Amino acid sequence: MSATTFDAAAAARAWRPPPLIATPWLRYAVYLGALAYALLAVSTIEVNWTRAAEGVERAGRFLGGFFPPDFITKRSDILEGLLESLTMTVVATGLGILLSIPVALGAARNLAPLPVYLFCRGIIAISRTFQEIIIAIVFVAMLGFGPLAGTLTLAFATIGFMAKLIAEDIEDIQASQAEAVRATGSSWFQLLAWGVLPQVRPRLIGLSAYRLDINFRESAVLGLVGAGGIGDTLNTSFDRYEFDTAAAVLIVIIVIVLACEYASGFIRRKVQ
Amino acid sequence: MALLTRADGTPDWRRRTPKADLLVWAGWLGAVALTVACFQFISDRTIWAFVWDAPTQGADLVARMFPPRWSYASQLWKPLLDTINIATIGTALAILIGVPLAFLAAHNTTPSRLLVRPVVLFVIVASRSINSLIWALILVIILGPGMLAGILAIALRSIGFIAKLLYEAIEEIDSTQVEAVTATGASRPQVLGWAIVPQVMPAFAGISVFRWDINIREATVLGLVGAGGIGMQMQASINVLAWPQVTTIFVLILATVLVSEWLSARVRHAVI
Repeated sequence: MSATTFDAAAAARAWRPPPLIATPWLRYAVYLGALAYALLAVSTIEVNWTRAAEGVERAGRFLGGFFPPDFITKRSDILEGLLESLTMTVVATGLGILLSIPVALGAARNLAPLPVYLFCRGIIAISRTFQEIIIAIVFVAMLGFGPLAGTLTLAFATIGFMAKLIAEDIEDIQASQAEAVRATGSSWFQLLAWGVLPQVRPRLIGLSAYRLDINFRESAVLGLVGAGGIGDTLNTSFDRYEFDTAAAVLIVIIVIVLACEYASGFIRRKVQ
Repeated sequence: MALLTRADGTPDWRRRTPKADLLVWAGWLGAVALTVACFQFISDRTIWAFVWDAPTQGADLVARMFPPRWSYASQLWKPLLDTINIATIGTALAILIGVPLAFLAAHNTTPSRLLVRPVVLFVIVASRSINSLIWALILVIILGPGMLAGILAIALRSIGFIAKLLYEAIEEIDSTQVEAVTATGASRPQVLGWAIVPQVMPAFAGISVFRWDINIREATVLGLVGAGGIGMQMQASINVLAWPQVTTIFVLILATVLVSEWLSARVRHAVI
């Protein structure tokens, strides 16, 4: 057999990487559906092209206003906002973790009876469903403007996040270790301290570091609804058309998030 | 474990050395002191009279929020559909841009570790550290209010997320498959198509659906800054203090988020 002739039968037999969705009709249905949806959805976007065209020119001026970033004029405002964000992050993370531990214990099916389990899962579901901003609106309406509303918002969001992941980790612990501790006649709290905590501790520390990082990021937007933090500074500078200050605030946020991310990544690598 | 010697010469097993014990204790003391100091800072910026008033305010708010005005829902279907479209098109755009970025960032597929990788990593971090609400705030100024700003805000925030998780998945692939394909004399694009892409496909599908789920949540609040979707109605209702309408919106958001979460969990289970 010469190598140059094309063998159609062999080509049909050639190995191909398996497709992601194995059932052919389902695969093509998903592709077709996605295409139809894309066409329909894109057609619903009402773009005001004249406005967008003006926008290009406006964007030029706007981005021009960003440079050079002005750290000096509103230095005290930026520092104040930053300090507020950082303190909110620390208190909210601490409070959130403290509150999330009982919820996590209650939401682990292997530790809690069914009614407690359902109640704690309910708390987690509510905390995870609503965006921080929505919770912040309610807290601001109740507590007034200021960082306390933001702190409670972040603490509330932390409960859902931490409790869900810790509860899953508690459900995955090695039952034999817990059983061994129970066999010594330990009380429930002793079981937690000696059978459960050592097994979930690395993840608890890692998630706490990760949440600290997330809370700072979120604290930067809560100011948009008056819940304090550096978002307040950002919003004010946009409202006053001080784009150079806004650029400075954005740079500060990016730098701190970078620092937080490296720090939390370092801590997580250390403990896991 | 630390081995100490008692005064009478018998061994004394301890979990930590006294020095380590002291360090751990000091660490806890430092953490608690920092939290208290931060709380003091927040407390100074809080009008406590408003906080003590919160239960009355809260009860008042709840009284005004119930019963929800269900008749308002008929005006909400279109914005709700817009919200879902913003999230879906935004995610699709982010995938289009994020996937190539992921291949440029992963250290085993990047064309240049010295030049391309650091630049792409910076783009990823910048995209991730700015919340979609802030992106929306900027884009609304440039493009004017509407869905387009929302879609781009979602896309800009998601690019970093998708690219980061995907490049981590690419870096974790099984290198023996790559070697095997390379050994057949395959070119770089062929290695990519036959050895790398099939390995990261499940991760890719999981990440995309996961981000879509998050984006539905985020798209519900983009309207607060004028970037389209149901948040616009929420902002309008809050501005006129029409709390029964706000409740209706909250219920719709809750339902949408629960459905999207269920859908994304189903898809991730099917894929992984």
